[in-house]
Amino acid sequence: MPFFTPGDHPGASFAELLKRVGIDPFQKHLAESAAQAHFPHATTCVALRFADGVVMAGDRRATSGNVISHRSMEKVVSADKFSGVAIAGTAGPAMEMIKLFQLQLEHYEKVEGQLLSLEGKANQLSMMVRGNLPAAMQGLIVVPIFAGYDLQKGYGRLWDYDPTGGRYEEREFVATGSGSVHAGAVIKVGWRTSMSQDAAVRLALKSLWEAADSDSATGGPDTLRGIYPIVASITNKGWERIDDSTLSQLVEELIAEHQERNQEV
Amino acid sequence: MSMPFYVAPEQIMKDRADYARKGIARGKALIAIQYSDGIAIVAENPSNTLRKISEIYDRIAFAGVGKYNEFDQLRVSGVRAADLKGYQYSRIDVDARSLANQYAQILGQIFTHEMKPLEVEILVAEVADSATNDQLFHIFYDGTVLDERKFCVLGGDSDAIYARMKESSLLTQLHTAQLSEVVQLCRNALSGPDRQLPVEECEIAVLKRAGERRAFTRLDDAEVNALVQG
Repeated sequence: MPFFTPGDHPGASFAELLKRVGIDPFQKHLAESAAQAHFPHATTCVALRFADGVVMAGDRRATSGNVISHRSMEKVVSADKFSGVAIAGTAGPAMEMIKLFQLQLEHYEKVEGQLLSLEGKANQLSMMVRGNLPAAMQGLIVVPIFAGYDLQKGYGRLWDYDPTGGRYEEREFVATGSGSVHAGAVIKVGWRTSMSQDAAVRLALKSLWEAADSDSATGGPDTLRGIYPIVASITNKGWERIDDSTLSQLVEELIAEHQERNQEV
Repeated sequence: MSMPFYVAPEQIMKDRADYARKGIARGKALIAIQYSDGIAIVAENPSNTLRKISEIYDRIAFAGVGKYNEFDQLRVSGVRAADLKGYQYSRIDVDARSLANQYAQILGQIFTHEMKPLEVEILVAEVADSATNDQLFHIFYDGTVLDERKFCVLGGDSDAIYARMKESSLLTQLHTAQLSEVVQLCRNALSGPDRQLPVEECEIAVLKRAGERRAFTRLDDAEVNALVQG
């Protein structure tokens, strides 16, 4: 059991605690050619604000070069009860970062006896992305988005990051990953202030659909295997994942809409 | 150069134990008890911000009596140990028995080697899938560990409180007891015959057997009120 003297203890920081006991998750010993190697890569994720909070969504595909390495990856996860994180980039470090981030929030909550503020959580993630910078310089880039419900302010907020740890709060939506240009464009056109949750979920799903349609690294809904994008809402009631039966219904409506459009031509 | 007086080791240990016991006896008590849906912990605590009961891990709670800064330091160490173990291995590898042993090591070490023993008594509780596997570890200032069944009492006046608990017929049917029933029992036992423990001074938390990953829930003022009055 780690027992520190006052003045020497790592406080509520889990990453600092790891370093004190000799584990440094960001210490990477990389070969020069890391950038050339084909490690699994996770792709498109989006987040958008609606009237009662935020909706987050991400596709399920991971690719290694031109090979599909995973079909059911979960790159959108809850960070704690009132926030979520979605990650695009090299899958290994990305998943490790998600795990560390979730642990950090829980560790802080338990040590301090209260939740970290949403701004504080966004800042923590920024520091982790910055910690990954040496690896990012060699090609193992991790670019998350962070969204949550701000209990103090009473509305949903979302943040975009760059590989150097830069943190940018957005007012409407964010998109990350290789399909983000396509997904972002769809949301940009369809986004309205004070959307309903249902409309926001539909828009998120549509944006991923279009991204998958134009970007080979983004996976579309896989009705054959029953694998759908991960979509979740975060409101003052907390993180809630939209279940697959609802999503399959919405995907069918989306397909019908496309078929109808094609018939008119 | 003056020679230090010889003091028999028995005497040193006895003095230290007396010192620790005196410190603990000044503090207010707490009770942990099994009920139908898990484990409830009820503490007498006049403060609304300095907690005696807290969460260590998914299914593990910590409670301490005695000197606040000392048991809080132990609490934080426990959180660190549990989170580290869960990170390095797996969440299911974190268990109360291992934590209780580590606490016992620290308390025993400090009791024998430091000037002053820690004036604390702590509880490490773990809720399992079934009531028979629930664990209540009661750890004393000198590192003694007791693996208790059904309920355990920590802190000042614990013998009298224990005796009052033992009188209750509810103890034979804890597996069907409601939370409100065990809370009432604990409150009466903590109060004693001469007073009624005020609702504002009850700190209550539960480890729920079924439900979310994190089993620990602290009851807020309204919930405590409803339980105690209802």
